[in-house]
Amino acid sequence: MLGFEFYVDPSRCIGCRSCVAACAECDSHRGQSMIHVDYIDRSNTIATVPMVCMHCDEPTCALVCPADAIKKGEDGVVRSALKPRCIACSNCVLACPFGVPKVHLEPELMMKCDMCYDRTSIGLRPMCATVCPSQALSYGPPEAIARQRTSVPVRDFRFGNEHVRTKVFIMMPEEHPVLDVDIEDYMWREPNEQAERWIIDQAVFS
Amino acid sequence: MAKPPVPVPELNAKFGPHLNFAPPGGWDKSARLGPDKLVKTHCSFCGMQCGIQLKVYENKVVGFEPWEEFPFNHGMLCPKGVKRYLQGDHADRLLTPLIRTEDGFKSISYEEALDTTARRISEIRDKYGPDAVAIYGGASMITEKAYVLGKFARVAIGTKNIDYNGRLCMVSAGTAYRLTFGIDRATNPWTDLVKAKVVLIAGSNTADCAPITTHYLWQCRENGGKLIVVDPRMTPITRNADLILPVRPGTDLALFLGMLHVIEREGLTNADYIEKYTTGWDAVRDSVRAWTPDRAAQITGVPPDSIVTAAHWIGQTDRAMGIHARGIEHHSKGVENCLAMINLFLSTGNVGREGAGCMMVTGQGNGQGGREHGQKADQLPGMRSITDPEARRHVSAVWGIDEKDLPGAGLTACEIMEAIHRGEIKALFSMCFNPVVSLPDANFTREALSKLEFFGVIDFFMSETAHYADLVFAGSLQEEDEGIICSAEGRVQKINKAVEPPGEAKSDALIICDLAKKLGKGKYFDFPSTREIYDELRRASQGGLADYYGITWERIEQELGVFWPCPDLDHPGTRRLFEDGKFWHKDGKAHFQVTEWRPSGAPLDAQFSLYLTTGRVVSHYLSGTQTRRIGPLVEQYPEPKAEIHPRLAAKHGIEDGDWVRVTTRRSSMTIQAIVVKTIRPDTIFIPYHWPGRRSANNLTHRTLDPRSKIPEYKVSACRIEKTSPPSDLDELRLEETGWSGASANGGSR
Repeated sequence: MLGFEFYVDPSRCIGCRSCVAACAECDSHRGQSMIHVDYIDRSNTIATVPMVCMHCDEPTCALVCPADAIKKGEDGVVRSALKPRCIACSNCVLACPFGVPKVHLEPELMMKCDMCYDRTSIGLRPMCATVCPSQALSYGPPEAIARQRTSVPVRDFRFGNEHVRTKVFIMMPEEHPVLDVDIEDYMWREPNEQAERWIIDQAVFS
Repeated sequence: MAKPPVPVPELNAKFGPHLNFAPPGGWDKSARLGPDKLVKTHCSFCGMQCGIQLKVYENKVVGFEPWEEFPFNHGMLCPKGVKRYLQGDHADRLLTPLIRTEDGFKSISYEEALDTTARRISEIRDKYGPDAVAIYGGASMITEKAYVLGKFARVAIGTKNIDYNGRLCMVSAGTAYRLTFGIDRATNPWTDLVKAKVVLIAGSNTADCAPITTHYLWQCRENGGKLIVVDPRMTPITRNADLILPVRPGTDLALFLGMLHVIEREGLTNADYIEKYTTGWDAVRDSVRAWTPDRAAQITGVPPDSIVTAAHWIGQTDRAMGIHARGIEHHSKGVENCLAMINLFLSTGNVGREGAGCMMVTGQGNGQGGREHGQKADQLPGMRSITDPEARRHVSAVWGIDEKDLPGAGLTACEIMEAIHRGEIKALFSMCFNPVVSLPDANFTREALSKLEFFGVIDFFMSETAHYADLVFAGSLQEEDEGIICSAEGRVQKINKAVEPPGEAKSDALIICDLAKKLGKGKYFDFPSTREIYDELRRASQGGLADYYGITWERIEQELGVFWPCPDLDHPGTRRLFEDGKFWHKDGKAHFQVTEWRPSGAPLDAQFSLYLTTGRVVSHYLSGTQTRRIGPLVEQYPEPKAEIHPRLAAKHGIEDGDWVRVTTRRSSMTIQAIVVKTIRPDTIFIPYHWPGRRSANNLTHRTLDPRSKIPEYKVSACRIEKTSPPSDLDELRLEETGWSGASANGGSR
């Protein structure tokens, strides 16, 4: 839908798995869900996180695919692997920085979220974001999100030196415009210093 | 008259629960064909009553489509709503009436079933008197059915003994709201939650039991509002709570008294409001003087500072709201808990305005509507008291009967079961109720049902209660009837028929009317359809508290729901109560009620030194008759588990996933433990949706609140010990859950 964006706010997730249930309803994947909802650490907390495909600008899954089976559309949506091309090698599964794609043994095909292309192309919101009772998954115009939420949308992620920009936004507290997921990003380093130094240092000590 | 006619595993092999995973005809077929129509209606599970569109193909519900225009949920649905369509075309569906024989249940014709039921009820009534026949109703069915069932009991049978499973759900709140406000309804529309500056959430596992409400609460917080959560467990709603009050089970009342003490002591009451709009404050004020935060802390286990902070937050704002649910209501002082919570809001003037009010979160699909129009032991349609002479005259006139023939107040749901056990009630006819799973002390319930001389049931699946029946009518699912329900916020909504009942199954309302004809009372039940029942209901409710006269089916569809009271066709409905400062008592005022502390009905001792508390999980609904047959919902939470804190686990050498025996003064059960830091170390939680050996209600006790007659599900004294898994675990799983234990997702929570 024109101008609508996809937002994930893990702090709103109540772990109800309505998104998982709804995703499985899609006629194109017949009972299989493309979404994961995980407890972060059930023994210590009720906190859960929903994970959908983040639809990277430069999708690592596509870059590592030896069969050239994964395509990104002009709309920025990264599609599931093309059935005739996918060789079920699982390169994409290993390479995805967010752990999204899964290879299904039957029918030997990589499947992932395509942001409900069948729905958005006819003016409907993706199923998971429509049903989500807590709106941890949300699909709408950026102005509405800006008006309704105190958190801010973030779509730039640093994995060490690798910068990944995605189509999907994660909602974050205002003071974190870029989401650092690696401890190295919080370590002090000289300007222009390469991160490899820490590994070298360790080699020196060992 | 009997126990199950053949062993339960044999019944289960035939009638389920079996698990349905795919739409009718499988995924390929439904994908290929597409629906004939989309029917706008509501979910059959829970009091949120979310709007949903059902996809229908060849008289089968094959899927759903979100209904984004419906103003309550805007397309949002929980997993129960998403998968509810899988209940319709189900292998376990009862397609003919069944009669008990020595070889199990056998199909009989509808006529034969009507004749047998009418004959047996008449015989027992003639021999023992009409009150020896009892009727059970339920709050998960359309209001037309609830209405006609109430009339059936009183007019066709002439018994006073009719009650419903809302007795296990809404009655503590209802009694408290009648006492204080004079009316039993949520006071504010849900949109008010978003406008509140403080919301006190007490005993409500909102995320699991009313999932859509979560969005309202999160929006409240986005707007700068604060959430206070009162619960012995950290449920998902606590992940964004500003203040957590982990109360010891059964001590909510002390917490509220302590909070009111602080509000009063620090002058945070709204004296003008109290003076103008209420009575009884002085007695309440005096009663909380002794409830210092320290005293409340000693009883509740909540730090005094937290009690003071919570009181400050509510007392210092003009927009405080409270929502409460079974967590404070399922107690032998459930009414007092609600009264004391209401007092916090009434004393600070936080009532009857946008973002200010105190309300219950109704649990069952038609928990609100099901209690308004005459299947409650003490009420007539329109939320009228059955002992009020004027109400009796009005309803008798609408029904065309002599007021003298209208029975008085009868026994409540649990009391009916006790009267059956004592041998005073000889016949039971039950619809939309599964007491074997849902009543406390399940062994007692099973014993009682075995003593009945006649037990008739209407159900769409063979419930665990129907196992005990002499005769089972094949009834209708929600999507097979047209009528109305009333949602948790008091909005009357339209349920639309999507499909016809399959086989020889019939609309429940039709069965009731046909039975009335067989009992010689046909002229009072001449309803060609539920529409005519509704039109009579409107007249019967006219002038009552729950006045539906101005609400037509057409208006509901046009306006996407109408809030009662709505006394005439031009009336816009009442979204928010008490806006004009007028309450529903004769003097127009709200009546403060004094509450006195007392312990629970199952006190701890050296032998039983822990609290057992029960509740729900997000993927199941009530006694599970429906959701335990829907494959994806079963996979999400396949079997009950006991939540315990690591400190308690360590004391007994229990590790996550170990099997434990939980024992109360009535019974014990062997169940798997889940070790989590999100529950008080002195408390064990077990969800109650399952039957058989792992039914939480084997453990609970029959102490009732003296006024509301609700059982005390939320506190049972218990103990725990490590044990080995049942030797017949695989058979047990199949027998009780239809689940083989094979799923990768299974037991994820």
